[in-house]
Amino acid sequence: MSTQTKSRQVKLLQGNEACAEAAIAAGCRFFAGYPISPSSEIAEHLSVRLPQVGGRFIQMEDEIAAMGAILGAAMTGAKVMTATSGPGYSLKQENIGYAVMAEIPCVIVDVMRGGPSTGLPTSPAQSDVMQARWGTHGDHPAVALAPASVREVYDETIRAFNIAERFRIPVTLLVDEIIAHMRERVELPAKGEIALWERPRPTVPPDQYLPFGDTPTGVPPMANFGEGYRYHVTGLYHDPRGLPKDSPEVVDTVMRRLMRKIELGTPDILKHEEVLLDDAALGIVAYGSSARSAKAAIRMARARGIKAGLMRPLTIWPFIEGPVADLAKQVRHIIVPEMNLGQLVLEVERVVRGRCPVHRVNRVSGEPIPPDEILAKIEELA
Amino acid sequence: MFDYEKYLRLEMFPHIWCPGCGDGIVMKSLLRAIDRVGLQKDEICMVSGIGCSSRLTGYVDFNTLHTTHGRPLAFATGVKLAKPSLNVIVITGDGDALAIGGNHFIHAARRNIDLTVLLFNNATYGMTGGQLAPTTPTGKVATTARQGSIDPPFDACKLAIAAGASYVARGTSYHSQQLDRLIEGGIKHKGFALIEILENCNTYYGRPNKISLLELLQWEKDNTVNVKAAERMTPEQLQGKIITGVLHQADRPEYVALYEEHIARVRAKATAAA
Repeated sequence: MSTQTKSRQVKLLQGNEACAEAAIAAGCRFFAGYPISPSSEIAEHLSVRLPQVGGRFIQMEDEIAAMGAILGAAMTGAKVMTATSGPGYSLKQENIGYAVMAEIPCVIVDVMRGGPSTGLPTSPAQSDVMQARWGTHGDHPAVALAPASVREVYDETIRAFNIAERFRIPVTLLVDEIIAHMRERVELPAKGEIALWERPRPTVPPDQYLPFGDTPTGVPPMANFGEGYRYHVTGLYHDPRGLPKDSPEVVDTVMRRLMRKIELGTPDILKHEEVLLDDAALGIVAYGSSARSAKAAIRMARARGIKAGLMRPLTIWPFIEGPVADLAKQVRHIIVPEMNLGQLVLEVERVVRGRCPVHRVNRVSGEPIPPDEILAKIEELA
Repeated sequence: MFDYEKYLRLEMFPHIWCPGCGDGIVMKSLLRAIDRVGLQKDEICMVSGIGCSSRLTGYVDFNTLHTTHGRPLAFATGVKLAKPSLNVIVITGDGDALAIGGNHFIHAARRNIDLTVLLFNNATYGMTGGQLAPTTPTGKVATTARQGSIDPPFDACKLAIAAGASYVARGTSYHSQQLDRLIEGGIKHKGFALIEILENCNTYYGRPNKISLLELLQWEKDNTVNVKAAERMTPEQLQGKIITGVLHQADRPEYVALYEEHIARVRAKATAAA
C-alpha cells in the first residue's frame, strides 16, 4: 500500500455528509443556513465540524439572511457556503444576484425536491435546473454542477469552491434528494490529492487597486476587507473602483465583462462523462440520479443488441454545447430523462438544432425514473 | 474646524440627497463620532441597505458594503462573525430596517452581536417617492395613503429593547451634538447598539403633508425631551413627547465572543480526547 493510498480514508457516507466534509477540505470556514428538508444534514454536520477547525457556523433567521451572511463573510476573505432546497433557493435568489453583480465567491447547495411551493419536501426532483440558470432577475452568467454519486458530491463540492473562487461568482451545487440522502462507500482523496483554486489577489498597492477593473481573464483581483484596500461594493452598476455609475458605457461594459469572464473560463468549468458512446447509434443525455438509471438502461439495451450510450453533464451551467452538438451528428436519436417535465431538454434541443430527434422521458411524481422506463423508450426507437 | 474630507470619497460629490435632507447632518455627526473614538479607516466596515440614507456608504472612505434592500444586518452579521477585529457600522433606514428587514433587525438584536446600527428614520420611503412607511404617523399623507394613513407606526427603540439589544438610543438631526455622543457610545458599546435618528424628508414627507422644512426641524426640537429631563417631568408634561438620549443599556453576553469561547471549548475537548 502506498503512502498516498494510506492517507486516503474509506467511509460510509451520506451525500449531504460528503458535501459538508468536502466543504471543509476545500477550505470553507463559514457557513450560514436555515433548516430545510432535504438539505438540513449539511447544516447539522457543519455546525459540529466548523468550530473544530476554527471556522464559523451560524443558523440565521431565514434563507435570505443566510445568503446575506455568507456574502458578508466572503468579503473578509473566507470561503463560504450555504445549503437549501427549492423554496429556500427561491428566497436566496435576491442575494445570489447581488453576488453575481458584486463578484463575491460563494457556494450554494440546492438539494432538489418536488415543487412548486412547499411541494414534496422529502421526495426527489430535478426541477430547479432552470432556476439555477435564471432564478435571479436580470441578465447574468450562471454556474451549476450536478453530481450523481456520493463520491461525486464530494468532488463536485470542491470543484464548486474552486470555480467560485477563481471566477468570483456564486456556484450552485444541484443535488437531487436521492443523491443527497443515499449512503455509499466512499474512498476520500488524500489531502495532497485535492487541487484547490484560490481567488485572484491584488498585487498592486491600495492606491492603484481596481476592485472591479478589467483583466485578460475578465476576473478582477479581490482584496479582503480590513487589509488596507478600502473600497466600495454595491449591487448598483459601478465603475472599476466600485463606485455607483449609471452611464450607458459603464453599464454595458460591466454586463459584458461579467458574461465574458465565464465565457473565457468555460473550458475550465465544463465537465462531462461519456459511457459507451464510441459506437452508439442512440444517445442519452442525463444528469444526477436519472443518469444512474440511464446507465443501467444502456447496459440492458446493449445486452439486447442495441447500441446505446450515455452523455452525462456534471457541469449543467454553462451547458456542454460542443459535446452535445457532436453527439447529434453521431446518433439517430437522443433521449433526455429528467425528474421534471422538460428542463435541460430545452438546452439539448437548442444545441441539436434538429440534427436528430430529441425525446423525453419524464417523471414528476416524486419517484425516481426506473431503468425500465428509459429502456422502453430505447427499444421503441431502436 | 473638523476635517471631514479625510473621511470622504470626494470624487463622489455632489451627493444625491435633497437640499434640507437630514442625511448629511447625520453623516457629519457619524464622522465626528468615529474620529472621537479614534478608529482607523481600515478597521471600519460600513454596511448599508437600500434607500436614501443607505447611499451614505458610497461617500465615506472605509471598507463599504452597499447591500440589498433590508439585508444589511444579515451581511453585517457575516462580516463581524468572520472577522471580529473589524468595527462594523450599519447604515439603514426605517423602511429598510423595520419593514423589509424587520426579521433581521429583531434577530440581530436577539443575538446581541457587536454591531453599531444607525437607523435613519424619516417616516417615509424617500428614494421611491414618499410611500407609506412603517413609521409614518397615523393620519399623515403618503403616495400610497393619499387619504391619510390608518396604519399605526412602529417604535424602533421599544422593538430593539424587547428583542434584546443592549444599547438603545434615540437622537435627532436637530440635536447634532447630542447625536455625536450617542453614536460614540454605540460604537464603544460591545453588543448590539441601536441609534435611532429622527430626521426629515422635506421633499416627500413634508411637501405632501404641507409641513415646511423649518417646521419639520422645529418639530424635532419641540416634540422631543432628553431622557434626563424627562425624569423630572410629569406624565401630563410628557404627553405626546418623544424621549431622546440613551434609553437602555444592559450588560449582556455578546454573540461573537460567545462563539469564540465555543470554538475554544470544542477544540480543548478534542485535544483532551486525543
